[in-house]
Amino acid sequence: MTDTLLFKGIDEPGLNTIDVYLARGGYEQLGRALKMEREDLITELSGSGLRGRGGAGFPMGKKASFIPKGDMQKYVVCNADESEPGTFKDRELIQKNPHQLIEGLIIAAYAIDATINYIYIRGEYDQQADILDASIAEARERGFLGEKILGSDFSVQLELSRGAGAYICGEETGLLDSLEGKRGNPRLKPPFPANEGLFNGPTLINNVETLSAIPSIIKLGAEGYAAIGVKDSSGTKLVSISGNVERPGNYEIELGTSSRELIYDLAGGPVDGRAIKCWFPGGSSTPVLTADDLDVGYDYDSIAAAGSMLGSGAIIVVDETQSVVELAYKLAKFYAHESCGKCTPCREGTRWTVHMVERIKDGTATPMDLDIMAAVQEQIIGHCLCVLGDAMAMPIGSLIAKFRDEFEAEIEDNRNERERKLAEEFAAAEVEIEGISA
Amino acid sequence: MADAQRHVARFTNDSRIPGWDRAADLTKEPAVVPDAATTEVPAELRAAIEDAVRRFPVGDSAFIPALYAVQEQYGWCSPEGIEQAASVLGRTPAALTAVATFYDMFRMEPLGRKTVYVCTNISCSLCGADELLEALEAELGEAPDVHIRGFECLGACDIAPMASVNGIYVGPIGLDQVPELARQIVAGDDPLPAKQLIKRPCADPKVAEK
Repeated sequence: MTDTLLFKGIDEPGLNTIDVYLARGGYEQLGRALKMEREDLITELSGSGLRGRGGAGFPMGKKASFIPKGDMQKYVVCNADESEPGTFKDRELIQKNPHQLIEGLIIAAYAIDATINYIYIRGEYDQQADILDASIAEARERGFLGEKILGSDFSVQLELSRGAGAYICGEETGLLDSLEGKRGNPRLKPPFPANEGLFNGPTLINNVETLSAIPSIIKLGAEGYAAIGVKDSSGTKLVSISGNVERPGNYEIELGTSSRELIYDLAGGPVDGRAIKCWFPGGSSTPVLTADDLDVGYDYDSIAAAGSMLGSGAIIVVDETQSVVELAYKLAKFYAHESCGKCTPCREGTRWTVHMVERIKDGTATPMDLDIMAAVQEQIIGHCLCVLGDAMAMPIGSLIAKFRDEFEAEIEDNRNERERKLAEEFAAAEVEIEGISA
Repeated sequence: MADAQRHVARFTNDSRIPGWDRAADLTKEPAVVPDAATTEVPAELRAAIEDAVRRFPVGDSAFIPALYAVQEQYGWCSPEGIEQAASVLGRTPAALTAVATFYDMFRMEPLGRKTVYVCTNISCSLCGADELLEALEAELGEAPDVHIRGFECLGACDIAPMASVNGIYVGPIGLDQVPELARQIVAGDDPLPAKQLIKRPCADPKVAEK
């Protein structure tokens, strides 16, 4: 494995303060970037092959190149909402190395000529937001933010905006609405944010990890960065491994590393030598994979070929002792709670899925329910303004497809259990009736 | 099992909107922007909202910071607080209420200032979060000024099962630590200092090698 880039010396005490960051060469890449022509800078970002780390994996340089040129007010918005279950990589980056993010963000802002910029952080990350607030103030004090920074003619502002607890605000247009002070409802696309985003201006939205990688790209050069990883998945990626593993946490890996190595060598595998029942490769919104898929390389295309998505890089491991019905119930309830309610297939589909899993749990479901449930999932996918509904439908659909036997067994067991209880109640009630008639 | 969403109030037909099925009162005057001249606003609340307004090119963007300021002032998004914020922002209280009800972290009823969120999402529940929530709720009982609820993924699956105590992340919390944690919550002490996320080193062994 090559050297760590994002996590380089991240546990160094005081790295969140500007002096320590400057002492290790911080903000040097910003100085270099400011001397480049904007077009060359975007070519450099495209050439690095950096793909968005938030979930969709869209090439970052390409996204930046979509921003129209001209005198209109443009914006860079950093998505630090990180609410995908299982994901906690941005939290560590913000808490321990906030200046790396700020430097990357200023470079991106320079590339598209955005003078007003925001970081939207989820409200729950209170301590991290305080750290970031202090770092932004430091950067402003030292002249990395403000009027005509570092002797260039580029002026840049950066503000931190805190969310207040809504998963949907991690969706880019929901985030923009929330930043504008509205309920976080996703917007119809097109127009895409690159053309009409925040306050109707062209907006580049990128994840914390994507922006944090930019200083390394400038330092290594596009070719140097692209040499790390595999074809079409260049660079290093933070993976958040959690669930039933020995050593949960964030790990920086070279894309293309085998999944087995991540789960067993880095995270230590399930406790007590248990077997893996299934795992989510990129957060709870991605279709589950099973123990048979452990040798798949961990990169965008290989995971896609295995039938899932790399998503945000959050691996959730579920061991053999867990019940898939309970897992499906947790999933469905989460998405039903977080659905903003704007599109009917998502609002109703998530709600009915919860009801159907509840039926399985209380023993009133029939085996036919599984087909109905699977059909509901199919009717959600692709029918909404954003992918929140799909984010429930895909993992639930894959759970039903891959663990149908287990669902059926549970339906059968719970139904028998319920019938046994009903029979008991009935027997007890009859005695009473006889008592009355006697 | 513990129900993460039990604190979300539900009305007729499972709706979250009270009185949605009642006819509108057509005799009622339409809502107006509270008169800034007659609405008294505490100085610190006004200062916090005006500071937020300055940070955005469009004033409405200050809605969420303004609601946080109201919650800080009154302990919840009280109608009088919303009225005051509305007068400073020059918008109707309904516009602010509509935003406040969307977000989980705004309290629409007085529930206690000491806020405890226990994450009950997938990774945490795989590690026993439901039992933790149940135990902590039982231990806290009817403790005054404490608001405990299950919460969706708090983004700290590496310390599962975990809780956020007034914004401070602690975990992994063993069931044997519940009494101690409950005591600290009630007393307003630093929760489980040895288990706070902020002090945790990175899990990646490559970081420690350097």
